[in-house]
Amino acid sequence: MGNREALLAKIAQLDAEHAKALAGGGPKYVERHHRRGKLLARERVELLIDEDSPFLELSPLAAWGTDFPVGASVVTGIGRIEGVECVIVANDPTVRGGASNPYTLKKSLRANDIALQNRLPLVSLVESGGADLPTQSEIFIPGGRAFRDLTRLSAAGIPTITAVFGNATAGGAYVPGMSDYVIMIKERSKVFLGGPPLVKMATGEDSDDESLGGATMHGATSGLADFVAEDETDAIRLARRVVARLNWRKQGPEPHAAEEPLFDADSILDIVSEDQRVPFDPRDIIARLVDGSKFDEFKPLYGNSLVTGWARIHGYPVGILANARGVLFSEESQKATQFIQLANQSDTPLVFLQNTTGYMVGAQYEQGGIVKHGSMMINAVSNSRVPHLTITMGASYGAGNYGMCGRAYDPRFLFTWPNAKSAVMGPAQLAGVLSIVGRQAAMAKGQEYNEEHDAAMRKMVEAQIEEQSLAPFLSGKLYDDGVIDPRDTRTVLALCLSAVHSGPIKGADGFGVFRM
Amino acid sequence: MTTVIKTLLIANRGEIARRIIRTCQANGIRTVAVFSDPDTAAPHVREADFAVNLPGAAPAETYLRADLLVEAAVKAGADAVHPGYGFLSENADFARKVQAAGLTWVGPEPDSIEAMGSKVAAKKRMAAAGVPTLPELDPETVTEFPVLIKASAGGGGRGMRIVREHEEFADALASARREAESAFGDPTVFCEPLLEHARHVEVQILADAHGTVWALGERECSIQRRHQKIVEESPSPAVTDDVRKRLFAAATAAAESIGYVGAGTVEFMLKGEDFHFLEVNTRLQVEHPVTELVYGVDLVDWQLRIAEGARLPREAPEPRGHAIEVRLYAEDPDHDWRPASGTLHRFHVPGDVRLDSGVEDGSVVSVHYDPMLAKVIAYAPTRAGAARKLATALENARIHGLVTNRALLVDILQNDAFLNGDTHTGFLAEHDFTRTVDPQPFALAAALAQAAGRRIGNLPLGWRNVRSQQPKAKFLFGDSEIEVEYDPKQATSGVITLDLDGVRTPFHVATYGDLVEVDSPRGSVSLRVVPRFPEPETKLAPGATVAPMPGTVVRVSVGQGDRVEAGAELLVLEAMKMEHRVLATSAGTVTELLVEQSQQVNVGDVLAVVEES
Repeated sequence: MGNREALLAKIAQLDAEHAKALAGGGPKYVERHHRRGKLLARERVELLIDEDSPFLELSPLAAWGTDFPVGASVVTGIGRIEGVECVIVANDPTVRGGASNPYTLKKSLRANDIALQNRLPLVSLVESGGADLPTQSEIFIPGGRAFRDLTRLSAAGIPTITAVFGNATAGGAYVPGMSDYVIMIKERSKVFLGGPPLVKMATGEDSDDESLGGATMHGATSGLADFVAEDETDAIRLARRVVARLNWRKQGPEPHAAEEPLFDADSILDIVSEDQRVPFDPRDIIARLVDGSKFDEFKPLYGNSLVTGWARIHGYPVGILANARGVLFSEESQKATQFIQLANQSDTPLVFLQNTTGYMVGAQYEQGGIVKHGSMMINAVSNSRVPHLTITMGASYGAGNYGMCGRAYDPRFLFTWPNAKSAVMGPAQLAGVLSIVGRQAAMAKGQEYNEEHDAAMRKMVEAQIEEQSLAPFLSGKLYDDGVIDPRDTRTVLALCLSAVHSGPIKGADGFGVFRM
Repeated sequence: MTTVIKTLLIANRGEIARRIIRTCQANGIRTVAVFSDPDTAAPHVREADFAVNLPGAAPAETYLRADLLVEAAVKAGADAVHPGYGFLSENADFARKVQAAGLTWVGPEPDSIEAMGSKVAAKKRMAAAGVPTLPELDPETVTEFPVLIKASAGGGGRGMRIVREHEEFADALASARREAESAFGDPTVFCEPLLEHARHVEVQILADAHGTVWALGERECSIQRRHQKIVEESPSPAVTDDVRKRLFAAATAAAESIGYVGAGTVEFMLKGEDFHFLEVNTRLQVEHPVTELVYGVDLVDWQLRIAEGARLPREAPEPRGHAIEVRLYAEDPDHDWRPASGTLHRFHVPGDVRLDSGVEDGSVVSVHYDPMLAKVIAYAPTRAGAARKLATALENARIHGLVTNRALLVDILQNDAFLNGDTHTGFLAEHDFTRTVDPQPFALAAALAQAAGRRIGNLPLGWRNVRSQQPKAKFLFGDSEIEVEYDPKQATSGVITLDLDGVRTPFHVATYGDLVEVDSPRGSVSLRVVPRFPEPETKLAPGATVAPMPGTVVRVSVGQGDRVEAGAELLVLEAMKMEHRVLATSAGTVTELLVEQSQQVNVGDVLAVVEES
């Protein structure tokens, strides 16, 4: 198989996994939902956003590889409403009634973080049966953050808008309660702390859904609903009108009608090595990502296992750091540190294109101060204040993942290519290390080392590490914001850059102490 | 007597006013336009050197006011008046008033106009001059059917009746008389045997005051809707050299018998080799351009020169080639020729054709006047060549904002019977020109053009990393809603090129508010954008009338099942000591009546439902 076929096969697998998220609760529940005159979560989102505008869906593979359905019964993403980029969160009521499981929570909290970090208004399309009770222990306590996030967004001046399409009861009632604007739908929305049975048990009072939490009641009596919609479409119309009247000002520019790259994005498929041990030149990728394929490389002759330089993507200036030959040496670390400082001086967002096997090991390098230099780079990445966007193009192993702004370093967005792998080290190396350690332990005890056992152990460990380092697994754990078709990278970066420009872009004033 | 016209008042509007201005400009004659209030911004007003307002809108208040027109001419310093066609062009009193004011009348002498004004009298006079006429039947004793009843003072089909059975005759006669009385103030009617499958053929006459009379060829104008010509041509495909000779002789005799001076037209019905006199039109005809193209003359110029006393050369010029004219109307042939009014956003007719138009981009077509937008005339060495050129020019035309008869005209020009010259006054009734257009590709082009206008920077349109559904767009095509799925990747600004069954076809999309006009070599389609979010109040049953305020029903003016016109009173509410009439918003049938007298109603209550019909 060639590079192209290998990557196309991975993209096809990705599409199949996305299809699972799209299927929601399956045909039976989708059909029942439609029969009730209700729209699916993604239909609501499509109607909410501007026609023919882009929508960047986030974490579509959440809960992949777990007991919960792919997608985690919620849709999140960034879309434009009346020209305003917003974070949109929509429950998928066809999946177990839209009940929240631990991954639903993680995914929603990630969406809240994106809204806060990038200063994007948050629009919630709520229809949820509450917590998935068997997993309540993993939801109840951390889940409180969902409500805290809403009010903190509001405190930060970021508008929160909630349209209630069905139930938002018990804890769920605090979602509208904590929102700046609330839309409810006649005879559909139900918002109360306790339903009729609970009220009966608590106080002996006889009541019904409508008087406890119907839209008309909330619109006319409690005042919790600011707008009462006729139906779902009307609720979406009202949500759009609310956003239109926010008087929202994006702090940076909109994407420009910039020059396209000179090379077709499709040819990325030929460049990316099928065999991860074969490095590819990131300049070939950069030439397919940036405006006019124009890239001003910084320090091209120094530390050339890492490519650094300046470019624009749909008009937005960026600094790019890209691994060229996997390994990071002292020179590369120092070069990266300087480059990150320069970007912070000029308030320029940074793009990390990861394809790294980590920092170099060996006596020569340890003696040359690789720990010091690697630490400098990680210090710079950690304390940099310009927005970081990370794309895992291939390998992301060891501390290279940290130095190249992996998830723990809070890039504003992190997307993964379907061929990517990430782990503390490669599966074979990890199994080999375990084998050596085991052999040494046996020798120390003077025992015979069981070679048959060792082979089986290596095989098992290799398989397990391999599986856990694959893109869908990592995405399922919310270690990225989604797995993307590599050919879409330029568009994804442009949408992320546009989103980060919703808020201010300002470099760091200082860094931690650099060990020299 | 020789006079020199220096400033001409044109007592008309629209395309004919512009047509006359063109000739005047070519000859250094200053022009004075007149205009009613709705015509304030009309092109003829701008193109004339001077313009005088005729206050009001209705023709009776404006273009039919002889006194105001003469006053305008005097005030503006005109020394001559051209009446165009229609309005007062065949009004002898007006001609006399113009002359009495010391101005030159560009037209025949008032006596000639008068002589030809009464059809009954004109026919007698022509018969006496040896012009073939149909026998006149005495309405009291008619026995042979079918017959045609016509108003003597009439025109435009009013007071006209076709009677096929004896039993129908008395009623038809009475109603024709009533209509003639109300339309022309003269109930006189006469009867002729009805000629079926006959052609309308007319001869253009040009006569000077010195005895020279030219017969400038014939025009065939058989294709008519409601007795209104819509396709005219010269020469007629049915006229042989022999018939032509006899037609010209008859027309010349007709003109000479009344001492006719100027441009005029003698109309005949032609069946086989036989023809019969119909009437004389003592003015420039709408369809005069076909004669101009075939004979290479400017008839308006000759009208002016003859009015100045000039002599015609002894020999008339020779005809060459073939010319066809169509009248482009703002009317809907598929809905009983319903005239359309409103803004004509775009009007452009390309190609090697003559365009005599009264409108331009942005013109507002009012309800007050004839809805003819323009005449388009093609000239070619052969009839087939002219028809083809004209059809293609019409197809390529951009006519946005109003329904027109364009598609019908194209269909006629491409019809085999037409191309074979097999035309007669029943042509439109005989052939079915109902057109079925598949609006789907047009809607797809419209959707793609709309999408192209929504691009942000140059981000891909409608981009999704996880696509759950294909984008769709909805449009209204006539009364039916159509939905198209589209791939925004295909959206381009400018021309949308679609692959239709392997054939690359361009579609040009223009948008005016919610109106989308799509033109292609496959035809043109008008669409309306269906709003993505219908206003919640429009979710009422269509035709439902709701109470505009709380009140008491004091009167119910209609009953269930009644047919009502738009604006008809349905009921009356009393609120705050005031009566409020609740009117039908559209014409239709009252299918539900939900209130009765003295009933109290609340704002928003449905009172009645009128189903549109």
